[in-house]
Amino acid sequence: MLNIQYSGLAEVNGPLVCLEGVKGVAYEEIAELRLADGTKRLGRVVQMEGDKVILQVFEGTSGLSLDNTRTVFKGKPLEIPLSPEMLGRVFNGAGKPADGLGDVFAEKYGDINGRALNPVARSYPRNYIHTGISSIDCLMTLIRGQKLPIFSGSGLSHNKLAVQIVKQARIAEDSGKDFAVVFAAMGVQNDVADYFRREFEHAGASGRVVMFLNLSNDPIIERILTPKCALTTAEYLAFEKNMHILVIMTDITSYAEALREFSSSKGEIPGRKGYPGYLYSDLASMYERAGVIEGSTGSVTQIPILTMPNDDITHPIPDLTAYITEGQIVFDRTLDSEGIYPGLSVLLSLSRLMKDGIGEGYTRADHSDVANQLFAAYAKVQDARSLASVIGEDELSETDKRYMVYGREFEQRFLNQGFDENRSMDETLELAWDLLSLLPKTELDRMNAKLIEEHYRENAE
Amino acid sequence: MTNKIYAINGPVIKIKNTKDFAMREMVYVGHKRLIGEVIGVNADMTTIQVYENTAGLRIGEVVHGTGSPMSVTLGPGIIANIFDGIARPLRDMKKTDGVYVTEGSDIPTIDPSREFDVTVLAKAGDELSPGQIYAECPETALITNRVMVPPDFGKCTVTYAAPNGKYKVSDTILKVDVNGEELTLTLCQRWPIRTPRPVARRIPINTPLITGQRVLDSIVPVAKGGTAAIPGGFGTGKTMTQHQIAKWCDADIIVYIGCGERGNEMTQVLEEFGELIDPKSGKHLTDRTVLIANTSNMPVAAREASIYTGITIAEYYRDMGYDIAIMADSTSRWAEALREISGRLEEMPAEEGYPAYLPSRLAEFYERAGNCNVLSGKRGSVTIIGAVSPAGSDFSEPVTQNTKRFVRCFIALDKPLAYARHYPAINWLTSYSEYIPDFEEYYEKNVGEDFLRVRQRISNILLEENKLMEIVKLIGSDVLPDDQKLVLETAKVIRVGFLQQNAFHKDDTYVPMSKQLLMMRVILRLYDRAGDALARGVSVRSILGTGLFDKLIKMKYDIPNDKPEMFREYSREIDKTLDGLK
Repeated sequence: MLNIQYSGLAEVNGPLVCLEGVKGVAYEEIAELRLADGTKRLGRVVQMEGDKVILQVFEGTSGLSLDNTRTVFKGKPLEIPLSPEMLGRVFNGAGKPADGLGDVFAEKYGDINGRALNPVARSYPRNYIHTGISSIDCLMTLIRGQKLPIFSGSGLSHNKLAVQIVKQARIAEDSGKDFAVVFAAMGVQNDVADYFRREFEHAGASGRVVMFLNLSNDPIIERILTPKCALTTAEYLAFEKNMHILVIMTDITSYAEALREFSSSKGEIPGRKGYPGYLYSDLASMYERAGVIEGSTGSVTQIPILTMPNDDITHPIPDLTAYITEGQIVFDRTLDSEGIYPGLSVLLSLSRLMKDGIGEGYTRADHSDVANQLFAAYAKVQDARSLASVIGEDELSETDKRYMVYGREFEQRFLNQGFDENRSMDETLELAWDLLSLLPKTELDRMNAKLIEEHYRENAE
Repeated sequence: MTNKIYAINGPVIKIKNTKDFAMREMVYVGHKRLIGEVIGVNADMTTIQVYENTAGLRIGEVVHGTGSPMSVTLGPGIIANIFDGIARPLRDMKKTDGVYVTEGSDIPTIDPSREFDVTVLAKAGDELSPGQIYAECPETALITNRVMVPPDFGKCTVTYAAPNGKYKVSDTILKVDVNGEELTLTLCQRWPIRTPRPVARRIPINTPLITGQRVLDSIVPVAKGGTAAIPGGFGTGKTMTQHQIAKWCDADIIVYIGCGERGNEMTQVLEEFGELIDPKSGKHLTDRTVLIANTSNMPVAAREASIYTGITIAEYYRDMGYDIAIMADSTSRWAEALREISGRLEEMPAEEGYPAYLPSRLAEFYERAGNCNVLSGKRGSVTIIGAVSPAGSDFSEPVTQNTKRFVRCFIALDKPLAYARHYPAINWLTSYSEYIPDFEEYYEKNVGEDFLRVRQRISNILLEENKLMEIVKLIGSDVLPDDQKLVLETAKVIRVGFLQQNAFHKDDTYVPMSKQLLMMRVILRLYDRAGDALARGVSVRSILGTGLFDKLIKMKYDIPNDKPEMFREYSREIDKTLDGLK
């Protein structure tokens, strides 16, 4: 079977080519297209009908004509070589080495499509990852095995935040041992990719980072493969080498757009905003590869980054993402332009798993109550502000004025922090108490009297 | 003639020129024997949707028919288990195939080697009719499985009855004579998932499903045998609300369908329900729960089937005379699965790419709920509570709108409430339940004669607050007259002290109806006495200064569920304090 070469193509359409007279090929099998000039490209079977086969060509179809190729089917799905030596290496979007250091000596090969985890085999994620960033640690705690995306917009500091997380992220009980990062860039600009590479080196972290780079001028089909390659690597390191892997994927919006381009060239019926009807399932097949499984001490934690088109959180990409992921971290353009870093929209952000990974035995006993109270109080700040914009701040009631002060301090001191500032959990929670003490005791309605007695600073003003 | 695959496109495969398959027939596809179902038949082409990943399938592989529609095996051993969308037990699958879901895994729904302690009720010579119970066995610590004659059987006469003892599911329990033909009855039966199981007759709905969640039970009650939809954008707490209902509601059995949702959530249900004790029986919650899990990365066609698998299992237990509650989380993922398959079939799309038959499929599903006299003469019910995940949190999208037409209880979750961490984030103004008049008699007999009146007054205060807030947003609350300020303060007590409920607090997570009524009464008492005081010329400021309002906000924590007598002290304190104000 491996020796049969099919010469020529029946049709070329966008990233797709059609072959006729093909026999014995499997669905999703990989094919190699050999061009007359000696170069090779890879393709994947995406549709079959009778003896017609439609291939998706990863490197793009430019230069392909109906009679200058010979196609060989490989008899297996797309696999990448896996080895612990991948740490510190840089690959292109399709998993080929891109740092000039030669091929990876494979310990084994992994099918990049992954397989669905049996829900019974999962362990419920419970231990938190310390990022040193107050807003995240206290209000939207990242849990080991969680998928927690960052929703941002063009021009906001999501890349900076991602780098800071990589630099500072520590597993609570051991100090960085067996902790590594898999970084997948999809459709990012050259200088952004460069920024990440430089920052990782600068932080001395590059030895524990595996990078998969698909730049914005690279072929879109390769972009569809990039997260799959990255996650296959992550799963291998986590579940077979028992490491704790943090996967950062940026930018999911470029990925979804690549998927849309591919879908429309296939002539599929579009769903919302032209995205294919299976966008949810496709994104889920990626995000659901995060987790902790029984029988392995490793974990895969995901931080996908996406830029919301026009800052619209109801756009299909952030919308479907948030329905799959376990919460979201949302950037706010107003805060960002006020110079607050990281300018996170606290009320829109959420970590669904934090309730089971914080508190006594994990972080601190008062964590959950403090977080709830900070949220609730900050929600009231918004009411006070909108009232103040109508009647003026001077006309506000005493309590509302205290809320206005709390709101400003919260943004300036709690949210805002330095790029190199790594706050411990205690520092963060004590800071939170400083802020809550700006409010009258009676306003602290999410916690019991005993807790307030223990921590409330009587003369905070 | 062998039937060979002609075309493959994702989960849809086609076979050319065959007349061997019937519509909705279950088939085995290829060497791996993937499970599929026929979804289109015409002279030229037969179309099949495959419930498993089709990667690696080749043109020319053989498809085998089974001659019967897509069915599930029903029998003891289903409760406390977890299945995938086509009823394969996931725990057993893990034992044989490892941590990943493997294609072509052909594991029976019910463990064939497990033995049950069977009491045979029928004896030789008995006449049996469809649905009649002929044996019983304990299935879990909570549920007794009542073994029934399959509903599609004719009238039959027992020729042999096995003695009481230990039997496996496929052992012969009875031999019966049906019109001269001898057939055997075992502990299990098969039933096609897309066909509703027949009942004797439907009976009117008159009992609420008590959930212990105040905003549900007192404001938007769900009915036993009724339907309810929980729409809400991401992060508003659909899953949390469903978990709370599944944990605490007074149904006998819960069927929890995780349809296209997160894997970790199913793990959470498994772990949490395994630890939690049912307050009524003192047994583990898992002993009354069946889980169907098709997580969002499992094959999409099986997602479409998972809803039907779940409801068929529910109907089976209903036929034994139990009350079942189904949680379907989320029906939007099921609708999207329909859309995906429809797209692959190149059908003409209606709204937002959904197929034109979406409303009729939704209607068929919700109509399988009901309060019924089952064939054996007992009463049983199936309640469906479906979560809806509207795209972009926009309730005007097709799935929410069409669902709204077929359910009678609409529990709308609200983003602004969720942002303010008001949980459960159920919007009391846009949610409704059409069942309230049907429960009048129930409330009078079981809760209190004044329940509906009290409930109505509480709703009115909330409505009034909503109107006043329009003004407050513009000019602040300071300029309102005292009686309106009192409405706002009372509404705050209702919102924070009554509607907000803490799922993680040991007392507050479940509140009995009697305590709910007492809480509402004491809030109204405060409102009335404060109103009297205002009329005497006391200012709102000094009424608030008594601290009574703050005290009522915290009463949900301060009054334990088993100390209802404390409410009398509260009332006395309200009367004494307010009457003393000058």
